[in-house]
Amino acid sequence: MYPPEMQESVDNVIATREQRLKESYPVLSAEEKATLLQGFHPDSIAGGMRELQIGPNKGERTPNELADLLEGNSRIDPDIIDLDMVDYDVDVLVIGGGGGGAAAALLAQENDASVMLVTKLRLGDANTVGAEGGTQAATKPQDSPAIHYLDAMGGGGFTNIPALVDALVHDAPGVIHWLESLGMMWGKEPDGTLLTESGGGTSRKRMHSARDYTGLEAMRVLRDEVRNRGIDVLEFAPVVELVMDEEGQVAGAVIINFETDEMVLVRAKAIILATGGGGRLHYQGFPTTNHYGATADGLVIAYRVGAKLIFMDTMQYHPTGVAYPEQIVGQLVTEKVRGLGAQLVNSDGEQFIFPLETRDAVASSIIRECKERGKGLTTPTGQLGVWLDSPMIDMLRGPGTIARELPAMVRQFQRFGIDMSKEPVLTYPTLHYQNGGILIDDQGRTTIPNLFAAGEVEGGVHGRNRLMGNSTLDIFVFGRRAGKAAAERARETKPGKLTLEHVRQWQRQLKEAGLEERPRSPILIPDYTRHGRIASLSGSFASGLE
Amino acid sequence: MSQKATIQKLIDIYIMGKRYQVPQGLTIQDALEYAGYQLIRGVGCRSGFCGACGTIYRIKGDPQLKYALACQTVVEPDMYLTQIPFFPTEKAIYDIEELDPSGEQVLQLYPVLLTCMGCNSCTKSCPQDLEVMEYVADAIRGNIAGVAEKSFDCVMCGLCSARCPAGLSQPNIALLCRRLYGRHIAPRAEHLAQRVAEVESGKFDDELKALMGMPEDELRRRYGERDIES
Ligand SMILES: Cc1cc2nc3c(=O)[nH]c(=O)nc-3n(C[C@H](O)[C@H](O)[C@H](O)COP(=O)(O)OP(=O)(O)OC[C@H]3O[C@@H](n4cnc5c(N)ncnc54)[C@H](O)[C@@H]3O)c2cc1C
Ligand code: SF4
Ligand code: SF4
Ligand code: FES
Repeated sequence: MYPPEMQESVDNVIATREQRLKESYPVLSAEEKATLLQGFHPDSIAGGMRELQIGPNKGERTPNELADLLEGNSRIDPDIIDLDMVDYDVDVLVIGGGGGGAAAALLAQENDASVMLVTKLRLGDANTVGAEGGTQAATKPQDSPAIHYLDAMGGGGFTNIPALVDALVHDAPGVIHWLESLGMMWGKEPDGTLLTESGGGTSRKRMHSARDYTGLEAMRVLRDEVRNRGIDVLEFAPVVELVMDEEGQVAGAVIINFETDEMVLVRAKAIILATGGGGRLHYQGFPTTNHYGATADGLVIAYRVGAKLIFMDTMQYHPTGVAYPEQIVGQLVTEKVRGLGAQLVNSDGEQFIFPLETRDAVASSIIRECKERGKGLTTPTGQLGVWLDSPMIDMLRGPGTIARELPAMVRQFQRFGIDMSKEPVLTYPTLHYQNGGILIDDQGRTTIPNLFAAGEVEGGVHGRNRLMGNSTLDIFVFGRRAGKAAAERARETKPGKLTLEHVRQWQRQLKEAGLEERPRSPILIPDYTRHGRIASLSGSFASGLE
Repeated sequence: MSQKATIQKLIDIYIMGKRYQVPQGLTIQDALEYAGYQLIRGVGCRSGFCGACGTIYRIKGDPQLKYALACQTVVEPDMYLTQIPFFPTEKAIYDIEELDPSGEQVLQLYPVLLTCMGCNSCTKSCPQDLEVMEYVADAIRGNIAGVAEKSFDCVMCGLCSARCPAGLSQPNIALLCRRLYGRHIAPRAEHLAQRVAEVESGKFDDELKALMGMPEDELRRRYGERDIES
């Protein structure tokens, strides 16, 4: 049930539905799309980004909030830490307990390495569990890895690194199969045929899902497997700095026990960063779909050892974040809702975009509809949004489809008294994904010896815009590749003496650039306490707070 | 975005017995933060998927305990609350590939199942509104598909285990059953196995290699001309 001031607009949506069921909005031409992005995508707002002044990506642009942290000071004092006091000595250290980290740990262990996985919160507290929509892979006869390749390239604006896209689409069917073999309950027909749907920017139905709990289901299975195989897991153990050796290779990590503040030193022959994204930095004040620990720590610590980043000037805003009710603003309404047939309509009940354009285009079109054309709806608390006409799904595909395919979405709105199978839901773009990240090659190697990266923390795979379903694929493809490659590397490498000289060097560079007053990073978690919000933030995303 | 929801009415809530005043309309999680806690435990996805924020509460004057995910539940006046971010549940260790998808197998790994006394506390405590006792009964009867279906939306918050007088670890039992179902009972996808074999045989390698070497304008042309499956 919507309040009366919103109901009028809901009635407009209902009034045009019959007619819209028969209509399809035209797809954008390449030129129209370029103009739309240029005019309305948050990435094109000039004041939102600035050039980095030091480090491997000096001179390149990135959001202000991220630049502050990339140019931040270390949380540790290199002169106080005793590098002879090693607490754990392992072949492969995996940093991050999401899907990418879990896959990497399993594969490193299968390739005979001793493995330790450390993570900031609990194993599985990660963006991975939130993935609702699905995972791409060309598993059907009418599809092929080559078509998947074209879709991913087109989605990324042809900026993707070809060798990485090749790896992505090549390994994709194998990833679905691996998870099936581990007992993941992919959605299937009674005869075992995988259910697949369209996604934004895909030319084939290749989105594999487990209802709308796809990431949760994958994570539950992999977490269980990590535990069954006895892999050492350290929870509430964020890494605050990488350690190098005198040969210039990455060779360990400084961790803090999040609850006792105790330092822990791990030496490792190879390290895999799988720390995910940075939505909790709230670029330009946007709300986010990301989990609490998504604060770009991996980028920060990798940057400080000299690892090159790529495409750090492009972030993904998911077109359909919740705009009402207030309590869950910014939470995701999965693209699967559009994949199943729901249209986007303005406050007058008119369509304004083909619902399955790529995300950058759909998000921009919603911002245009609201900010330029004034055809968004304003909620009682001042939030702008457009309607996602979810009830169309059951009309197109039969009653019960929404309940069966979207239980998490139904529950999310039901908790606040909205029945999405009968009423449309109000949405607005929300900060969702880091398109770029640490530059890797097709084995997950970064530009620094013995340092690997997998998942949302790396970049290049998706170019400047990731397609839905290619990230939960990416984390498993590159998690598995990096796990194997790191185990192999651990056998060959000759570790040298540990050092934190790079931290001292970094501090000298900060000083030379006049940046020594920079805040300490990585920040590990955002500060949402009342005093913290007032002190450090514009407050624009602090729903319900001043 | 939010000049708007400026402080509305303040209400009293009790966090672990201590009174705080927070704006009405916040989720329990936001209210904890408003009160000054920078959370480390009891928070994860902030959107109802990870199960980190299991919370038990009671409203003053009402003896009934209630259960919720802190990130998905709005505070009420005179709410007494505590979070249960961790509960020591039992987890069996196994190799999923070698297991037999039978009721005996489940009972062998979790013999504690047989001590269920049918009190229904688990169902009453589930913030996902799952029929927990029913899936436990299915597990005891060896109806693995039933457990898999009924427990599918479990976020493994552990609230049911915290309330179970028999000490069952419902989320782990359900997880075992779902994996047994996914691995051994659900029909395998034949087209998938076939596609994997094709990939491994190198069937697509030449085509992919050609695409990798293709100039951008040719790629753009092909992209523009590709047909869309509907
Ligand atoms: C709500 C939501 C829905 C999504 N839906 C889809 C979808 O349908 N399809 C799709 O393809 N993609 C989807 N995505 C994107 C995709 O889920 C993520 O990009 C992907 O799961 C990231 O996996 P990851 O393993 O790289 O990182 P994460 O899963 O985020 O894991 C990173 C881990 O690293 C830990 N960590 C961070 N910093 C440190 C540190 N300093 N020290 C130690 N550990 C640290 C974190 O705590 C976390 O456990 C979605 C994302 C969100 C947020
Ligand atoms: S079944 Fe138990 S663990 Fe799962 S969601 Fe319900 S209460 Fe939480
Ligand atoms: S709470 Fe425990 S004993 Fe009671 S019905 Fe549930 S599983 Fe059985
Ligand atoms: S924080 Fe993940 S379910 Fe509440």
